[in-house]
Amino acid sequence: MMRKEIRIAGFGGQGIVLSGFILGQAALLDGNNAVQSQSYGPEARGGAAKSEVIISDEKIDYPRVTEADVFIAMSQEAYDKLQGDLKERSLILIDKDLVDASSKAIKGIPFTSTADKLGKKIVANVVMLGALTAMTGIVSKDSILKAIKTNVPKKAIEINMKAFEKGYKLGGG
Amino acid sequence: MRHKYDEKKIRRVIGEKVQFVQGDASAVYGALLAGCSFFAGYPITPASETAELMSKLLPKAGGVYIQMEDEIASMGAIIGASWAGAKTMTTTSGPGFSLMQENIGYACMTETPCVVIDVQRSGPSTGQPTEGSQGDMMQARWGTHGDHEIIALSPNSVQETLDLTIEAFNLSEKYRTPVILLTDGEIGHLREKCVMPEKGEFEIIDRKGPTVGRDKYVPFQADESLVPSMARFGDGYHVYVTGLTHVEKGYPSTSSAEDHDRLVRRLVDKIEKNRKSITMVEKDYQKGSKIAILAYGASARPSAAAVRKLRRKRKKVDFLRLITIWPFPNEEVRELADRVDRIYVPEMNLGQLVHPIREAAEGRAKIIQVPRIGGPLHTPKEIMDAMRKKA
Repeated sequence: MMRKEIRIAGFGGQGIVLSGFILGQAALLDGNNAVQSQSYGPEARGGAAKSEVIISDEKIDYPRVTEADVFIAMSQEAYDKLQGDLKERSLILIDKDLVDASSKAIKGIPFTSTADKLGKKIVANVVMLGALTAMTGIVSKDSILKAIKTNVPKKAIEINMKAFEKGYKLGGG
Repeated sequence: MRHKYDEKKIRRVIGEKVQFVQGDASAVYGALLAGCSFFAGYPITPASETAELMSKLLPKAGGVYIQMEDEIASMGAIIGASWAGAKTMTTTSGPGFSLMQENIGYACMTETPCVVIDVQRSGPSTGQPTEGSQGDMMQARWGTHGDHEIIALSPNSVQETLDLTIEAFNLSEKYRTPVILLTDGEIGHLREKCVMPEKGEFEIIDRKGPTVGRDKYVPFQADESLVPSMARFGDGYHVYVTGLTHVEKGYPSTSSAEDHDRLVRRLVDKIEKNRKSITMVEKDYQKGSKIAILAYGASARPSAAAVRKLRRKRKKVDFLRLITIWPFPNEEVRELADRVDRIYVPEMNLGQLVHPIREAAEGRAKIIQVPRIGGPLHTPKEIMDAMRKKA
């Protein structure tokens, strides 16, 4: 696997950083190298949040995204601000419930309303991870499920598994 | 403070052998493996995760965690606990590091082993809390007043943060001096694979204790190593500790040039004369290179990427990464300056280590700054562009 750069952006409280962390951990479980970095403002909620993950089978020297292979926008602000730095054939994935984007090349999936129907809006990030896994195969399904299980509270495992499967289906898996 | 190093317990507390963690977490793991048993600190972004994790793990490993009222007190507490026999640490960032300077000098003067981790952020003052920087490189060297030597190390990865934290404890115990780990918001918050070293894969050094009886012990008398043995408070040895210039018995002597000269020169020499064994660098040289990149810490990451990209274009380039920052690796820099014509120095500041680099190069190569401030790392392209402009 060559170096793949993934940028996930939204607002604080959506689990943007956690989803990047889960993705990186899954990559490690697959036997690849991964780095995850983040930037956010000093606020705990609201404010812009960004998480970047780089996955490679080689050593990763520069740990930040220069040209994203995958860009995921979970808020309008994130989409408007960060759609630069993309490769020509980057996959752009947006939360259809929260982001307006005109281009047909952009793949929109209703992460938030799907999560809401399951009873918990906050699992929208896991719906997103399901879709991402199905659409890119950037990490294996086994590994990311394992990573999700180890990073959510025990009582929330079931709803997160459901959220992942919903997302996986919406992503064509 | 009697602390038993219980490896099984420490490993149980740390958890899995391979983890995907932040540099701030791997620093804590390194401290636990090195035998740290006392932590006093005041949380500050981007070092807060170190204090948070220490507060969770250290008590379980049999140690003591105290959250202090500020950084001045934090530094005071780790000095006191060190004299009580503990291996001690505090962690902070720029604003807190500024407050610690007075007591860092006290630790130098009283030869107190302790470790300070500075997860550098963008300054001056409170600056940009969540943005990394390399703004405290010179403060680590000269932030406290008066003639002194200091040891400072700078990691460029999560794994190296763990490894160098262990090394920082070992050096502080060996030379009885504060050791500064200069990491930053980039590496501190970066998550990467981190492998816990097995027993035997790393060394644990403990300070020398008294070798003579209580009646014969002279607390600041050194042998040829220039490092005196250190008695623990409460063990019955007569110890007098002061930041004033003192004679070997520890008593103040504040108006003798001779006593001051003897003491301060020994404090400097015990580190200066061991420069070779303290110095760690990573060299990656190519025969016939005319240009080089010299970097350290976080900015060594885009630098390594720039070197890789240049070599892919069949350009010859040398790469030197400083791991030991202080004492400064003069010889290694001079050797590089002898090899090439131009040395590019990407730093996340407006020019700090570029000065000792220039001094060490003694005009043998042109030293060119590639500064960047305000948060994000240099991009590899930015470094390559700077190299294209012939200075």
